[in-house]
Amino acid sequence: MKYICLGYIEPNKVEAMSETERNAMVDECVAYDDELRKKGHFAGGEALQGPQTATTLRWKSGKVSITDGPYAETKEQIGGILVLETRDLNHAIQLMSKHPGVKAGPFEIRPAADLSEMIRESEQRRAGGKAKSKRP
Amino acid sequence: MNQDSRVHEQVESLYRADSRRILATLVRLLGDFDLAEDAMQDTFAAALEHWPKDGVPANPRAWLVSTGRFKAIDAVRRRARFDASQEKIAEQLETEPGDAAAESDESVADDRLRLIFTCCHPALAPEARVALTLREVCGLTTEEIARAFLTAAPTLAQRIVRAKAKIRAARIPYQVPAPEELPDRLDAVLQVVYLVFNEGYSASSGASLTRADLSAEAIRLGRLLLELLPEPEVMGLLALMLLQESRRAARTSPTGELVLLENQNRSLWSREQIVEGVKLVERGLLSRRFGPYTLQAAIAAVHSEASDAAATDWAQIIALYSVLARAEPSPVVELNRAVAVAMRAGPEAGLALIDAIFARGELTDYHLAHSARADLCRRLGRSAEARASYERALALTRLEPERRFLEKRLRELGEEK
Repeated sequence: MKYICLGYIEPNKVEAMSETERNAMVDECVAYDDELRKKGHFAGGEALQGPQTATTLRWKSGKVSITDGPYAETKEQIGGILVLETRDLNHAIQLMSKHPGVKAGPFEIRPAADLSEMIRESEQRRAGGKAKSKRP
Repeated sequence: MNQDSRVHEQVESLYRADSRRILATLVRLLGDFDLAEDAMQDTFAAALEHWPKDGVPANPRAWLVSTGRFKAIDAVRRRARFDASQEKIAEQLETEPGDAAAESDESVADDRLRLIFTCCHPALAPEARVALTLREVCGLTTEEIARAFLTAAPTLAQRIVRAKAKIRAARIPYQVPAPEELPDRLDAVLQVVYLVFNEGYSASSGASLTRADLSAEAIRLGRLLLELLPEPEVMGLLALMLLQESRRAARTSPTGELVLLENQNRSLWSREQIVEGVKLVERGLLSRRFGPYTLQAAIAAVHSEASDAAATDWAQIIALYSVLARAEPSPVVELNRAVAVAMRAGPEAGLALIDAIFARGELTDYHLAHSARADLCRRLGRSAEARASYERALALTRLEPERRFLEKRLRELGEEK
């Protein structure tokens, strides 16, 4: 089962750290990710640049509006995502509880949604639509 | 009595005694709460149909489990006619071993623990844990739970549905936690049990002070847990509940008024529950792995052994509260310790401790802290201060009998003037 772990950080807290502290934290996180990789639990992941680099697309009055930044500035911001491959939720909780990143901010763990059925139905609909349009 | 009604009665008593156990095993075999619940209803219906004709099987429980399993597979097959994805589920269920008769008692006992730990999983919302535990482990109906918690039945039903959906979607496993996780996870279970007890013992709002059924249910749950998992804190919690419950008859007057511990008629206390509670406390303390529940039970036990408030071993109570405050620092524990200090060293000493808590900005919205302060001021003859604190407590309490108690105290202060 795939779980997506959204890792939140508090930028103020990270900025307040000394360089040595920050390096130690990064090293621990990288080492733990490697461990997850070795055991086959790390199914992907990316760190995110700061919210000031974000661009939001939103459907507004019949067209896409482009705005700067995320919708709301909050104390905690998503710092990265990690895709975990585990047996079940307990296993995911167990692995992420040991992740040093949990000390920098909370992890939100959500099971990945299986869209294959939805995609298959959509394909059927689209194929059916084509067949229909061919008819006079 | 004819054969039919004898069988009928036997099925009914099996349902009362074993339906939760059977459900717990079916959830494991079928991997789904709703499927298991339907299967359990179906299997008991099947017993009523077949047993009068074919006779009661040698091992009725095993029969009920394996029949329930086949009923569920049939149900999934029927659904497969409309939904192809169900066919795979049915096949999987059929190939998995499900011979209940061959299973050891140990694995069946584990099923009940699995059920408890899953219902009390920390990934579920706290209200949902309580509702799910009462529904699945205790077998209360949704309406009964809703009534006990003064909630609308549809709201409660939805809470349960959401919790089950999360168990399924997030894949919360049906298992007893590993030894290294056990202390934390057990703590979550004990919290649910104690919450149920407290809701029954001192309802958080409403006209009646106690809802005895919920407390009895919590004690039953505590006994079951102790049987399945004899950990010291399980003993401690069961003891605490028994010792508090032992005072039920004495803590409200015939007219429904609140009676404080020091004014209770102790001959109304249940000796039977006290004896059982004290024995459990002693066992828990001897383990040397005890925690907050055992300590609170030990304090309740000291009260239980005193013939009246004056004869209480306050020194021991203060010492126990000190240990408790170290084990689990909390301003409420400090407040209780302050009240005990007042009993031993006089109201002034207790008042200083309560004011110190308030000075830190803690418990300022807690009605019991203000009424305790009011009581100490009253004993010191500081009527104006007592009145102010009673009024503050009155503004904060939501429970009708407590309101009446505080109003009575305020009237008495008025008369003293």
